[in-house]
Amino acid sequence: MAFLEIQGVRKSYGAHPVVQNFDLAIKRGEFVSFLGPSGCGKTTTLRMVAGFETPSAGQIRIDDKDVTNLRPNQRHVGMVFQSYALFPNMTVADNVGFGLKVARKPAAEIRPRVEEMLRLIKLPALGARYPSQLSGGQQQRVALARALAVKPQVLLLDEPLSALDAKIRVSLREEIRSVQRELGITTVYVTHDQEEALSMSDRIVVMNEGRVEQIGTPFEIYNFPLTRFVASFVGTLNIMKGRVVDPAAGRIEVDGQPIMAARGVVDAKAGDLRSVALRPEAARLANGKDAPGDDGNRMQGSIEEVSFLGSVVRVRVRFKDSAISLDTFNTPHVPPPERGQPATVSFGRADLLVLEGAPPA
Amino acid sequence: MAEQSQVVARLPLMARIRPEQGFLVWIGVAPFLIFALMFLILPTGYLLVGAFQDPAGNFTLANIGDLFQPSILSAYWISIEVSAASAIGGAIVGFFLAYAAVLGGLPNWIRPTLMTFSGVASNFAGIPLAFAFLATLGRVGLVTTLLIKFFDFNIYSTGFNLLSFWGLALTYLYFQIPLMVLILTPALDGLKREWREAASILGASTWQYWRHVALPVLWPSILGTTLLLFANAFGAIATAYGLTGSSLNIVTILLYAQIRGDVLHNENLGYALALGMILITGLSNAAYIWLSSRARRGLR
Amino acid sequence: MKQSRIGAWIAIAVGALYFLVPLIGTFEFSLRMRRGVYSFDAYRVVLTDPRFQATFGYSTLLAFATIVVGVILVVPTAYWIQLRLPRLRPVVEFITLLPLVIPAIVLVFGYLRIYGSSSFLPLTSNERATDVLLMFSYVTLALPYMYRAVDTGLRAIDVRTLTEAAESLGAGWATILFKVIFPNVRVAVLSGAFLTFAIVIGEFTMASLLDRPAFGPYLQLIGANRAYEPSALAIIAFIVTWACMGLLQVFGRGTRALAAPAPERIK
Repeated sequence: MAFLEIQGVRKSYGAHPVVQNFDLAIKRGEFVSFLGPSGCGKTTTLRMVAGFETPSAGQIRIDDKDVTNLRPNQRHVGMVFQSYALFPNMTVADNVGFGLKVARKPAAEIRPRVEEMLRLIKLPALGARYPSQLSGGQQQRVALARALAVKPQVLLLDEPLSALDAKIRVSLREEIRSVQRELGITTVYVTHDQEEALSMSDRIVVMNEGRVEQIGTPFEIYNFPLTRFVASFVGTLNIMKGRVVDPAAGRIEVDGQPIMAARGVVDAKAGDLRSVALRPEAARLANGKDAPGDDGNRMQGSIEEVSFLGSVVRVRVRFKDSAISLDTFNTPHVPPPERGQPATVSFGRADLLVLEGAPPA
Repeated sequence: MAEQSQVVARLPLMARIRPEQGFLVWIGVAPFLIFALMFLILPTGYLLVGAFQDPAGNFTLANIGDLFQPSILSAYWISIEVSAASAIGGAIVGFFLAYAAVLGGLPNWIRPTLMTFSGVASNFAGIPLAFAFLATLGRVGLVTTLLIKFFDFNIYSTGFNLLSFWGLALTYLYFQIPLMVLILTPALDGLKREWREAASILGASTWQYWRHVALPVLWPSILGTTLLLFANAFGAIATAYGLTGSSLNIVTILLYAQIRGDVLHNENLGYALALGMILITGLSNAAYIWLSSRARRGLR
Repeated sequence: MKQSRIGAWIAIAVGALYFLVPLIGTFEFSLRMRRGVYSFDAYRVVLTDPRFQATFGYSTLLAFATIVVGVILVVPTAYWIQLRLPRLRPVVEFITLLPLVIPAIVLVFGYLRIYGSSSFLPLTSNERATDVLLMFSYVTLALPYMYRAVDTGLRAIDVRTLTEAAESLGAGWATILFKVIFPNVRVAVLSGAFLTFAIVIGEFTMASLLDRPAFGPYLQLIGANRAYEPSALAIIAFIVTWACMGLLQVFGRGTRALAAPAPERIK
């Protein structure tokens, strides 16, 4: 059922492990991102799928064929590089047709395919230009066309947008996703930008220091992070130090104020320290008029900082050691709160994330 | 006047000499320009002009015509052959050495060692180099005697002679190869690793990568450096002199003999000889410069 | 990507063979002076030869003079071009390329005619003047490398900003030149100096045609007349060259400009 399988793959340079026990099964046509900071092993894993690195252990299978020991030019896989890697001595058309030329396809077959690819990336008129005459965004699109021209079974992209301006990045990632959907090609996308991963992927693999932290859909990764690393790497997060009061009931104390989690706290006993996290969009400034009977959480503090950002007003409320940042919409007839004012922050029980492991000291 | 210079002296250095005071700006480069005039431009110019004059000072093309007499023509021809042979040989061997050091996947210490040695070897030319090759491949040289002792093979019996065209070309390789290595190594560095990987993932074999990507990018460097090697060998004399004395008839040795003792019995013909030399080395170097600027553009 | 390394090793091996065998052969030959046994007799003869000491000393002296004159000529010029006359840069760079294009023998031919005994500036009519001429010839030979090294060094230290900073702090032009500029191009100058030394020590053509008692002509004389001493001299020359290049590497860490080497002059 899985089209691309990475089974038990490990990679070490000498005694130094770079990728540890990577297991992933990707379905045909799926778009999977490897997300993580620099040095987390995501690019190394991608290069093992491409064939530029050999795994120290484990297997890679494509369409149920073991490709682990095949050379890159035997795997029929496409790759887009961060630095575009277009051949400077060839025109755009020659670059795109390169894979077909080395496969000794007749010129009559290469030409229409190249034109088709140029139309796909919406650059039909640039066939005769040289890479040095194109912008970065255009070069990357040509690189994409070049990789797809040979109809590879898997498409690999290694941080393709990192070298581009922010505006181009946004438009290009939409284009990449729509091309991928149109062709239905199985894709692995490596990035350190969580916005890219969240907006483009069917599934995300979050990696840190060679290990897989979590695999899930963007919705799962963002809303139900399993580890502190995933929670803080993906999206912004308010993190507070809490002490477990009643693990079974999920009662926790933060800065002396009691709050409740939706479920009990696993693997904890009373008195344990735990990190609790809250997404900014889950918190609200409550006024005292809310009905006392609701089962949400409330914390009392004072307003430490107010940032007016236009349509959004960002407010930071401080308790004792912890603080919560939350966003409220700007309403013209209501003045924003002032620093020093007392404030009540309310949030639902289900919005409170209790993270595994003790908080850092 | 004194007042003005006092005011001028108090201004900062940058302001002191404004473009409007055009003349003063040139003082800074005057020594250099005078030097260039005295030791580069005038001497060369004198020879070039003299090539077109007869002993009385009248304009003539006779000297140029005289260059085509058999003995001089053959000197040029032998010079060209030796230079071409050592240039092409140096280019080929140098290319493979540079390739091995940069892209061959060898241990890390190989490349700096090769570069350092190339730096030294490219300067170890002239008389000492001739001595070295005489001591190695001369009639009683080490290699010659070893080959006789262990393989019963006398290279001189095959007609090989160090004091000949091929011997000279072989000796010239000692500084031609390092020169190629030193110039080509940065060019090979310019071959981005991603090009190789991109070609490979698109299905290209090593040979296809070289044929379609690497060599097209590199050929201006390779060709240009070969021409530089050619000019280099063409103007060389000390090595040849140390090896063959004045017996080998190449242009530089002929010119040397002419300067020493007017063997051509025609002063102006000597100038024409020099003119021919400058023409050939000048053209080769010009081609090298043009090609290396092309190479720089191509590696972007 | 794993690829067969056999070819690379073969290339290195062939190269090593070609470059090391002549050195070994020369060294071996130089040890053969005493019949039947290896000894350093040839070296002893050479090093105690008064002519060796005289010509080596002469060339060394000339080398130092060349370096000093070269530095005095090149550094202010490069500084001036960068600061005040950038338009003249192509001209100056062309001039510094000329010694690489025009063979040394042609240059000295020109010198002999223009500064010979029957010309307007008869430098060859007495020995001291000819020494000066020979020194200027060597400055010409070393010019491309010296200029390129200094120019690169100046560009690396952003001369313009340094000058302006020094001026805003009240420095006069002499202070700037000696306290700000020279120290910062010291490395470049040293690299150029070592290369110049190597060039001058081994130079034959110009010294021979100007008839001066330099090391190059001495080498050639020994080669024509003796059997084993030439090899010893060749080894000594090689060691000197190696020392120069080695010191250049040590001091010239930042100046990659000199990676492209010094060809032509002494060949």
